[in-house]
Amino acid sequence: MFRNVAELIELAEAKQKRISTLMIEQEMEVTGRSREQIIHQMGVNLDVMEQAVEKGLQGVQSVSGLTGGDAVLLQNYIKSGNFLSGELLLDAVSKAVATNEVNAAMGTICATPTAGSAGVVPGTLFALQNKLKPNREQKIAFLFTAGAFGFVVANNASISGAAGGCQAEVGSAAGMAAAAIVEMAGGTPAQSAEAMAITLKNMLGLVCDPVAGLVEVPCVKRNAMGAANAMVAADMALAGITSRIPCDEVIDAMYKIGQTMPSALRETAQGGLAATPTGRELEAKIFGLPLNKK
Amino acid sequence: MKFRSVFDIIGPVMIGPSSSHTAGAARIGRVARNLFDREPKWAHISFYGSFAKTYKGHGTDVAIVGGLLDFDTFDERIKESLEIARKKKMKITFREEEAVPEHPNTAKILVGDDDGELELVGISIGGGKIEIVELNGFKLRLSGHNPAILVVHDDRFGAIASVSNILAKHQINIGQMEVSRKGKGKMALMTIEVDQNLEDRVIDEIAALPDITQVARIVD
Repeated sequence: MFRNVAELIELAEAKQKRISTLMIEQEMEVTGRSREQIIHQMGVNLDVMEQAVEKGLQGVQSVSGLTGGDAVLLQNYIKSGNFLSGELLLDAVSKAVATNEVNAAMGTICATPTAGSAGVVPGTLFALQNKLKPNREQKIAFLFTAGAFGFVVANNASISGAAGGCQAEVGSAAGMAAAAIVEMAGGTPAQSAEAMAITLKNMLGLVCDPVAGLVEVPCVKRNAMGAANAMVAADMALAGITSRIPCDEVIDAMYKIGQTMPSALRETAQGGLAATPTGRELEAKIFGLPLNKK
Repeated sequence: MKFRSVFDIIGPVMIGPSSSHTAGAARIGRVARNLFDREPKWAHISFYGSFAKTYKGHGTDVAIVGGLLDFDTFDERIKESLEIARKKKMKITFREEEAVPEHPNTAKILVGDDDGELELVGISIGGGKIEIVELNGFKLRLSGHNPAILVVHDDRFGAIASVSNILAKHQINIGQMEVSRKGKGKMALMTIEVDQNLEDRVIDEIAALPDITQVARIVD
């Protein structure tokens, strides 16, 4: 069993195996289930992700009215052809938004690693469809690779916004996605680790400050930026750029930053954007009274 | 290691919006339901920490009741669980507690009917994964690393031996075991961590033993 990224990469290099393969083998060992069963279950998760993206791209609205419809706006914008950054990047962003809009609307999603951060991994995965033309097996491998890196973060730091801020949720998701993109694009396991480190470094300190305590604002747009961050970091790693701080140390720093963060900035809706005048106004509109005054 | 499976990270498939506040809450509710072994007539649910602050917007109340109705995290009926509970005449109350819990996402559930009551405290540790930290006033010290079962039983001669005999018969290795009781001859609890997942037939066999009141899985 690998306990950290360094061990994971060492194992991949020594055995000449992909990270996704190692994750599947570890899952077989831990659960005693067969390769087929495990791959089948991940396939079910993949299908749920695809359906959520499709649903979001048709346009959904949350009960509170705070979020919905932005994925459609972005797709229309891409179709207009007048965009500034890359098409693939914006497609990833729109699909991440689509997933999280479905989540906010109490639709069915696959937590990756959490519900609040469920958009980043599928957003980038389905955006790569046209460019890399992955088959179903490769898409499933993408999720196992993302899972391997998430596994390390969950066990050595945290994937919970309440425990470690949004850096632990969207930050982890973005790092996981970046590592998986690298593998799908043909990069080495070590490059996956660099991409994860570069991404997570740029998500450090990210607070969890949901307006009205809801997984909507700023969560949906943070998934968008998480997806963009992952795409850029993956490209950087594939270009040969490395992180000066090793991946495991970045994960460790993330954990310690999370512990140092005041609880007002950890999913309690007591600080950050949730505590802005507009945040409080929205909260009062949705719940009658601000949560901290009840 | 708290997280053992890749599906703790990629998964669960669930109804949004929050894995800690909805999927985790649904699972805590469902463990209460499983331990109670039947649909409760009433439930008093107390929320602590972040659960207390944000449960309404996240649908934590809806999810936890969904769990009490035996719904899985992805069951679309979760959205209507309060209505379903009302139709079934299940009486539910919610309380926002001021006490600061050890974990930010903590819920205490007291369920019951004419024949009995059960109280448990669960925490939602992220990504939909949960731990049960207290049952009927017994503090549980589960490592969370391995599959575990909780066996509520009467404090009698041989009750512990009979459970471990069944595990031995099925070649299931016990990693850690803890036994506690309310008093001599009173309600007692075995917390058993094992190395592999237990099949339903093993659970059923244990549940059928004399002096055993309830058996439930804690970690899948």
